Amino acid sequence: MGSGNRQKLDNPVMEWVDSRLPVFTMMQKEYGVFPTPKNFNYFWNFGAIAMVMLITMIVTGIALAMHYTAHADYAFDSVERIMRDVNGGWLLRYLHANGASFFFIAVYIHIFRGMYYGSYKQPRELLWMLGVLIFLLMMATAFMGYVLPWGQMSFWGATVITNLFSAIPMVGDSIVTLLWGGFSVDNPTLNRFYALHYLLPFVIVGVVFLHVWALHVTGSNNPLGIEPKGPQDTLPFHPYYTMKDTFGLLAFLIVYAAFTFFMPNALGHPDNYIPADPLVTPAHIVPEWYFLPFYAILRAVTFDIGIPFTDIVLIPAKLGGVLAMFGSIAILFVFPFLDKHPVRSSRFRPWYRPALLLFVVTVLVLGVCGGKPAEGFWVPLSQLGTVYYFAFFLVLIPFFNKKEPVLELPPSINDAVLKKNEKAA
Amino acid sequence: MKNFFLTAIAAFCLAVPSVQAADTGHIELPDIEWSFDGPFGTYDRAALQRGFQVYKQVCSACHSMDHLAYRNLSALGYNDDEIKAIAADYSRMDGPDDEGEMFERPMRPSDNFKNPYANEKQARYANNGALPPDMSLITKARVGGANYLYGLLTGYVEPPEGFEISEGQHYNAVMAGHKIAMAAPLSDDVVAYEDGSPTTVDQYARDVSHFLMWAAEPKMEDRKRMGVMVILFLLAFAGIMYKVKKKIWADVKK
Amino acid sequence: MSDDDPNKPRRDFLYLTAAAFGAVGAGSVAWPLINQMNPAADTLALSTTEVNLAPIQEGQAITVMWRGKPVFIRHRTVKEIEEAKAVDLGELRDPETDGARTKEGQEKWLVMVGICTHLGCVPLGQKDADVKGEYDGWFCPCHGSHYDSSGRIRKGPAPTNLAVPEYEFLNDTTIKIG
Repeated sequence: MGSGNRQKLDNPVMEWVDSRLPVFTMMQKEYGVFPTPKNFNYFWNFGAIAMVMLITMIVTGIALAMHYTAHADYAFDSVERIMRDVNGGWLLRYLHANGASFFFIAVYIHIFRGMYYGSYKQPRELLWMLGVLIFLLMMATAFMGYVLPWGQMSFWGATVITNLFSAIPMVGDSIVTLLWGGFSVDNPTLNRFYALHYLLPFVIVGVVFLHVWALHVTGSNNPLGIEPKGPQDTLPFHPYYTMKDTFGLLAFLIVYAAFTFFMPNALGHPDNYIPADPLVTPAHIVPEWYFLPFYAILRAVTFDIGIPFTDIVLIPAKLGGVLAMFGSIAILFVFPFLDKHPVRSSRFRPWYRPALLLFVVTVLVLGVCGGKPAEGFWVPLSQLGTVYYFAFFLVLIPFFNKKEPVLELPPSINDAVLKKNEKAA
Repeated sequence: MKNFFLTAIAAFCLAVPSVQAADTGHIELPDIEWSFDGPFGTYDRAALQRGFQVYKQVCSACHSMDHLAYRNLSALGYNDDEIKAIAADYSRMDGPDDEGEMFERPMRPSDNFKNPYANEKQARYANNGALPPDMSLITKARVGGANYLYGLLTGYVEPPEGFEISEGQHYNAVMAGHKIAMAAPLSDDVVAYEDGSPTTVDQYARDVSHFLMWAAEPKMEDRKRMGVMVILFLLAFAGIMYKVKKKIWADVKK
Repeated sequence: MSDDDPNKPRRDFLYLTAAAFGAVGAGSVAWPLINQMNPAADTLALSTTEVNLAPIQEGQAITVMWRGKPVFIRHRTVKEIEEAKAVDLGELRDPETDGARTKEGQEKWLVMVGICTHLGCVPLGQKDADVKGEYDGWFCPCHGSHYDSSGRIRKGPAPTNLAVPEYEFLNDTTIKIG
């Protein structure tokens, strides 16, 4: 980011600024001429889309914060006032509520892209880990945001999720009391969630900055998973990818707008239009859809884990579920260190590819399980899904490291692109 | 890869509605054709006015509508004087006045709908311990929305053989568990319509469900109108950007 | 992409259209974010206030809240009205006749926004015991502006007379402000 051998700019005002703080040079270097592999497919749009969704959430959120009242007695009413009386308030709230879902959709596709094409591998391990950190922060932010309208799902979701911490041996109950600021989810809880919900997005912006910085050190991965070997393999970011990203973004926004304007409550839950009532639990508590796979993992552990043939319980079911759920996210952090196979892209990994696609199906199935009542056939299905979720990382990946064949890779990106065009012609 | 994605998307689309449907159990809801259905649907002003009349004359005896103010009724097609007159039929406490006393005064258009009870305890006491829920958001707070409400209001049928109903409970085909504390609120000819619409339970149920959908989502028409414009704009913009992208990339593929 | 490329004019047009769409899009996104700060419907609904004048005795004044601001309503005495009418307009900083500040036939009622036009303090003079300034009207304690019995600025730093809000008589004893 230093000025280095800065080129003089023609515009005197820009030159004056740039010679003191080389923002224009930096933009030109990082987004103008930045060499980017020429063979991206549309999966590579989702980083930019996620960035736009983050900005959308922050901007609509700040506007909503001007009208929202973070008090247990007024929160629900203030949200309704936004929906009914504030100029365009309904638009802002529906954009914000559906925006959370579409932010997660973009990020989930982005994560899948990384897993499919091996973007987490050396030398991009830290880039991946920063990404998982963003994901974790997003989950915390989304959870606390969902509490703010103070409807039934808000209240009971907050109760259930904060109670997870009570599974921690010895100090669990004290931690939960600390989180609540009282002896149940109540006004102090709402207040601190609001404060943190406002803060965390800016922390996310900070980590996104690091994420992008790390990306610009290593350069982007690409569908072939081989590094660019020279200028013939790359294109300047602008205009090639700025324009392509804009097109992809607009296509994504059409779907986002369709939900926001024509089925704004389809991804939410009707119970959250009932004001919070600490005396009545809804018949069926479900988190927002983007948490459902993790919720299913939490509920999959229905048994105590102990030493076989004795009565000694090492991990009670409650703690086991919590560990499994947090473990399912924690394992993503170490994924780059579990997968040692030299080939990045699934295109050249005959074993990893089907295993990963099955992993995706498993996550979707877990998502469905998470939305169903924890009974009957859904319980063993969640357990099966949970087993595969962890086996993928802890059994299959180490096995692939040793046994999966290493296929021959194309000599260069340019070479592969030319060959593909020849075939098409 | 492509096939996999189509399958995954299809699986997910199937999964999402089933997640939503989990709550209703196996109760079949009626599927009414509402004028507000679909991306271009709008409210029917005459139905809204009739529905408001049903709410006012029947439901409002027990059910509050805290989030609505009389001024909101302008959306139903009432003019300022009519709204003033409707509001003035109710009174509320205000004050304190110059002598420090609270006083009762007629409602104004800026006041919220009159709550039939002073507080929750009184509401429960008057209804055998059951709290009549607030109606402002009821259609959004129930799976099935207006269809659910219509089904509930017309769902007071004879219980199946052997179904046990305790004192103070009533059988309802649509209510979860089929037991509801509210007695059938509607019967033929309880509300006199001025526009010649049939004065039947079915018509009342339709009209009041229509009205309550509006009450829960008063900005729906604005929303859909804006949505059509936004989507057309995005489609055109996306089309242009697709051309721009193709033009720019034309040099690369050569 | 050379200059003699036959596609060039079309391309420029395409880029201009794209830029125009971008600009329109950005503008349409910005508007709701700004407009949300304007008064909401419930705030606007409270922007008119009806006041019953019957209990106000001659020589008395009341203060009512309207749009979050104090409004002075004074039942003026004959003496006060005469004083106000007798003033030579040439002496005034902000020349306005007393008739222009009251409603015809209801000259005894003076209705004003009770906010000093200098820097927004609330002048004294509503209560019997208050200092009324040198012109038998109102006196602003913040920076010493004196207003006469028609609420016109006579002395001190304030630039204009106390503002008369929009109001109408619904009947002889009721006014609607706003």
